[in-house]
Amino acid sequence: MNAERGSGVGTGDSADAHGQSPSPSAVVSMYGIEKRFGAVQANRGASLEVAAGEIHALVGENGAGKSTLMHILSGLLAPDAGTVRVDGTTVTGWSTSDAIRAGVGMVHQHFMLVPTLTIADNVVLGREPRRGMAMDVARAQRDVTEVATRYGFSIDARRRVGDLSVGEAQRVEILKALFRGAQILILDEPTAVLSPPEVQELWRVLRALRDGGGTIILITHKLDEVIEISDRITVMRHGQTVARMDTPTATPADIARAMVGRDVLLTVGHPSSGAGRVHGPEASVRSAAPRLTVVDLEVAGAHHERRVHGVSFTVAGGEIVGIAGVEGNGQTELVEAIAGLRAARAGRILLGGRDITTLPVRDRASLGLAHVPEDRHRRGLVLDYSVADNLILGRQHAFVSHLGLDRARIAQNARARIEQFDIRPTDPSLPARALSGGNQQKIVVAREMGGEFTVLLAAQPTRGVDVGAIEFIHAQLRASRDAGKAILLVSAELSEVLALADRVGVMSGGRLVALLSRDAATMDVLGLWMTGAAPPAAGAA
Amino acid sequence: MSIFAFAAQTIRIAVPYLFAAAGGTLAERSGIISLTLEGFMLTGAFCAALGSYYGGNSWVGVACGMGGGLVFGLLHGVVTIRYRADQVVSGVAINLLAIGVTRFFLHLAFGSSSNSPRVPGFSTVVRGEGMLAGMLPDPLIALGLFAVPAVAWAIYRTPFGLRVRAVGEFPQAAESVGVHVARVRYVAVALSGVLAALGGTYLALDQHQFTDNMSAGRGYIALAAMIFGNWDPVRGGLACLLFAAAETLQIQLQGTQAIPSQFVQMIPYVLTIVALAGMVGKSTPPAALGKSD
Repeated sequence: MNAERGSGVGTGDSADAHGQSPSPSAVVSMYGIEKRFGAVQANRGASLEVAAGEIHALVGENGAGKSTLMHILSGLLAPDAGTVRVDGTTVTGWSTSDAIRAGVGMVHQHFMLVPTLTIADNVVLGREPRRGMAMDVARAQRDVTEVATRYGFSIDARRRVGDLSVGEAQRVEILKALFRGAQILILDEPTAVLSPPEVQELWRVLRALRDGGGTIILITHKLDEVIEISDRITVMRHGQTVARMDTPTATPADIARAMVGRDVLLTVGHPSSGAGRVHGPEASVRSAAPRLTVVDLEVAGAHHERRVHGVSFTVAGGEIVGIAGVEGNGQTELVEAIAGLRAARAGRILLGGRDITTLPVRDRASLGLAHVPEDRHRRGLVLDYSVADNLILGRQHAFVSHLGLDRARIAQNARARIEQFDIRPTDPSLPARALSGGNQQKIVVAREMGGEFTVLLAAQPTRGVDVGAIEFIHAQLRASRDAGKAILLVSAELSEVLALADRVGVMSGGRLVALLSRDAATMDVLGLWMTGAAPPAAGAA
Repeated sequence: MSIFAFAAQTIRIAVPYLFAAAGGTLAERSGIISLTLEGFMLTGAFCAALGSYYGGNSWVGVACGMGGGLVFGLLHGVVTIRYRADQVVSGVAINLLAIGVTRFFLHLAFGSSSNSPRVPGFSTVVRGEGMLAGMLPDPLIALGLFAVPAVAWAIYRTPFGLRVRAVGEFPQAAESVGVHVARVRYVAVALSGVLAALGGTYLALDQHQFTDNMSAGRGYIALAAMIFGNWDPVRGGLACLLFAAAETLQIQLQGTQAIPSQFVQMIPYVLTIVALAGMVGKSTPPAALGKSD
């Protein structure tokens, strides 16, 4: 693959964003923004222009510099060079308080909410209504409810934020910005944690805000969202602004090309298009006997509460079974129980007919179970170890000589995997920490899929990696499937499940509430199952 | 012993705990570990004795005690907030420092390595039946009982308290809405120093002298009471009273020959262990407690 840039900025399908003079209608204009963190140049002459009353999508791969640019706009960071104007006033290097006062509010990717406090407390924090020396709690609740009603949120301001669903918590975040009089609202990857109906609710809220005169900047890397919600698009790549487009005339292919700098096979993020995808593997490859069997599995969480309830399913060789669902509905515990990281409280797990329910992790691995964990930093890698050492983690027993680790074979293994899985940079002695998220994930994938295995657990295999790496990892998963391996794919990205899986299960409240054939699994049906509501016509496969 | 005498004795023993636990709750709710209560208390006791002796007035002692607690509280604040040192290490260091410093100045000021001369105090001690009423003239007892609801009010009913709770749970969130995290923590830890030092002040003025290491672990008992109270000032105050009642019981039972005294002396400590063990899994410290960032 010849990734990297050089294939022409903007690729001719859009106005070049460089060197434009500010247009009079722009409420936000940023020019020549430079920002460096140590060795990493996050922004190199980036620019952005946003008109009043529009929903503006800021798109780009992970690490393209979108969040940095928005942190500069919201006052969290000061740029090394460049100019920031809001409402025609130069505000370069202002503070968060200045930004809030000027009506710029940011909804962070990780919510900035205190879970032990009520909604009202969270919203008024920092500008509490007073009565004498005390805080006027009743007025705080009244004011917050009043603002919420004005924007069409229905909330009980006295509820604790820790008791809210993710979608509700996000609305509190938006409310926080609105309460402070935000006219320009920045949202950083707001849909990453939402179920499809919650995403639709968010779009409704954002459209209402725009129609009320508000300006919205949406950071995202999901192309379907960009097309659905935005009015205009700015694309960033490698810290630079490479294209600006009007959404009605932009196609997903144009945007993807601008993001990556080359043509991309678009199955990711566009399940509805369904282009070029082959479902149902060839019968010749698919084995009749299940490779992985899970029977009535019960798993407890950290506080002894039941997180997985009586889950049963099988995965045959040559198929990918996808598990969809909003995060936190037992998927993590399910995968950890199968991998041997968490004890099963009841039920059985069989690998190729052999009961592995009580076997330790190492024995499961030697029986052919591979595991790409959902959190590569916690479970997948030792960040300070070299790429070569990370490539043998858990398999080090196979790399020993009489005196200890066999360095020559470790190095040989590393060279082979780095080449096969296109890990960059190619130096095996670099610490894993020095690699980008996508390449770190490729190390984990290379280790788990590079060796012998019959069953693969792939949990969130493309979380936080760029489009190019997603494409690569998906191709690897398909190739393994076609080679007759059994794959259990767990992903919070519905589009990913739909793009890869032959059968689709949905987890909700710790139960496997549905297991559908790929043809029966549409976005709408899955969305309903994910929210816990039984869809009208549910056909189990 | 009548119930009134028992109650009076319990309250007298509880006062240092109440001050220290109230202060500790405030600091810990802001995210700063209060292992330092012991050191604050000892410093407060010494400064109070010093002030009372040279000022010739117990109120001068109170002011000096509070001043000493403030200085040590701010010291802990600078080390952990400004320089981001580990809070447990700083806490242990402050407690050791307090022992050393008070011992050094005890020798310097009074030429003794064990105790100060008699200093003016508040209490007109009445023992026996009239004791409950006899406590009333001691303003520090009243203040100790008042400290608990005052801190509860500050934490739950004031803008400062809301910020303390936010900063102790999720400082980044507080910062993102313009709350000065460091400033809130400095104020909380300084107040905790003053409050715990008032507990020490009470000890010194009640006994009309400072004796070497006179806090004798009371700061740690207050810390245990605070945890037992699940970082809630009122429940922490009740835990203080419970521990003090156990101590009173122990003192009373020592007079009898029925039970070997060694077992009797264990009562408060066994109760502390049982109480804390019973709380395991249920207590939820502030999420950002002890984290420097």
